[in-house]
Amino acid sequence: MKYSYYPGCTLKTKAKDLDIYARSSAEALGVELVEVKEWQCCGGVYTTAQDEIATKLSAVRTLMSARDEGTDLVTVCAACHNVIKRVNDDMRNNEYVSTRANNYLQAEAPYAGETRVIHFLELLRDEIGFENIKKAVKNPISKKIAAYYGCLLLRPSSVMQMDNPENPSILEDFIKAIGATPVISAYRNECCGSYFAVTDKSIAKRNSSKFVDSSEKNGAEMILTACPLCLYNLKQNGGASVPVVYFTELLAEALGVK
Amino acid sequence: MANLNLTSENIKRISGVDARKCMRCGKCTASCPNFEDMEYHPHQFVYFIENGKLDKLLESKSVFKCLSCFACVERCPRQVEPAKLIEAVRLTVIRQQGANHLLPDEIPAAIDEEMPQQALVAAFRKFTK
Repeated sequence: MKYSYYPGCTLKTKAKDLDIYARSSAEALGVELVEVKEWQCCGGVYTTAQDEIATKLSAVRTLMSARDEGTDLVTVCAACHNVIKRVNDDMRNNEYVSTRANNYLQAEAPYAGETRVIHFLELLRDEIGFENIKKAVKNPISKKIAAYYGCLLLRPSSVMQMDNPENPSILEDFIKAIGATPVISAYRNECCGSYFAVTDKSIAKRNSSKFVDSSEKNGAEMILTACPLCLYNLKQNGGASVPVVYFTELLAEALGVK
Repeated sequence: MANLNLTSENIKRISGVDARKCMRCGKCTASCPNFEDMEYHPHQFVYFIENGKLDKLLESKSVFKCLSCFACVERCPRQVEPAKLIEAVRLTVIRQQGANHLLPDEIPAAIDEEMPQQALVAAFRKFTK
């Protein structure tokens, strides 16, 4: 199985573990991830404004690159995934945006949303299958783990289409597949406070600590996430006393490639 | 803001949202993780935009309190999409000269060694033009 792979800026700097362990796990599972050539920052956040075209162009370039390679596009950072998938939806369904983006890019073949964008978790669930992950596990993680979804993987569900936005299970099913026990906590699909870590820490503190407190009260020995900013907020602003780790790191550990 | 009618049209155009679909159930505000920090709540954004009372929103710090988490959009039973309206009002504010909400000079004091680049890129994109 061969896929185009988009790591994103934060995964090359502060969130190297999210990237490195995604690659080593994929290799162990027989999946080839080919990094998109000359990729650019996705922009960090998707803007919903109809007249914001320039802020969507880097995502379109990534999507076109995957199309030209003839492969699906795999992302692993929750924020990059949200931006790229939503821009792809615009290119497919929003004529106002797609016409202007294509006019600007002047590509030989205009882009109309042909690329299929899947998150690494969807690769595990839908392409490889959690049953097969279970069979490949060499070191089961015998811990109680709380999964934090945040907003970006799930919403808007009409576009993201990863899971039930109010009662998701993909991360809990992943936790079971690597031999651990999922802990369901309140606020697991609410916002951590996001970029308010920069402008208004009290908001990030309040939002993150709600989830952390609930998880620890429910007996979680570890918290798992797919987003570098969620990880930062849960650790620094949520005051987590248990380890907060990327799901890819635990996968690599379970597969014996960490 | 000199011409509120023009601004109202702009917000409709930028957001692509029809505020008239709102049936005032208040679920957006009930779902908002930041409602207690907002002078005007998500349902009030919808109501004020529908009724052309934009001056209050344009002057309020509430435009800088939305997390864009899309809980209000997901849970709205009428697909009004309040977060898109708030984004359109915020852009209307920061597209004015000198109205940026986050300045590069503020960054050194706001960050630490662990903070991911994603936080800065996202904050600048949301608060600065």
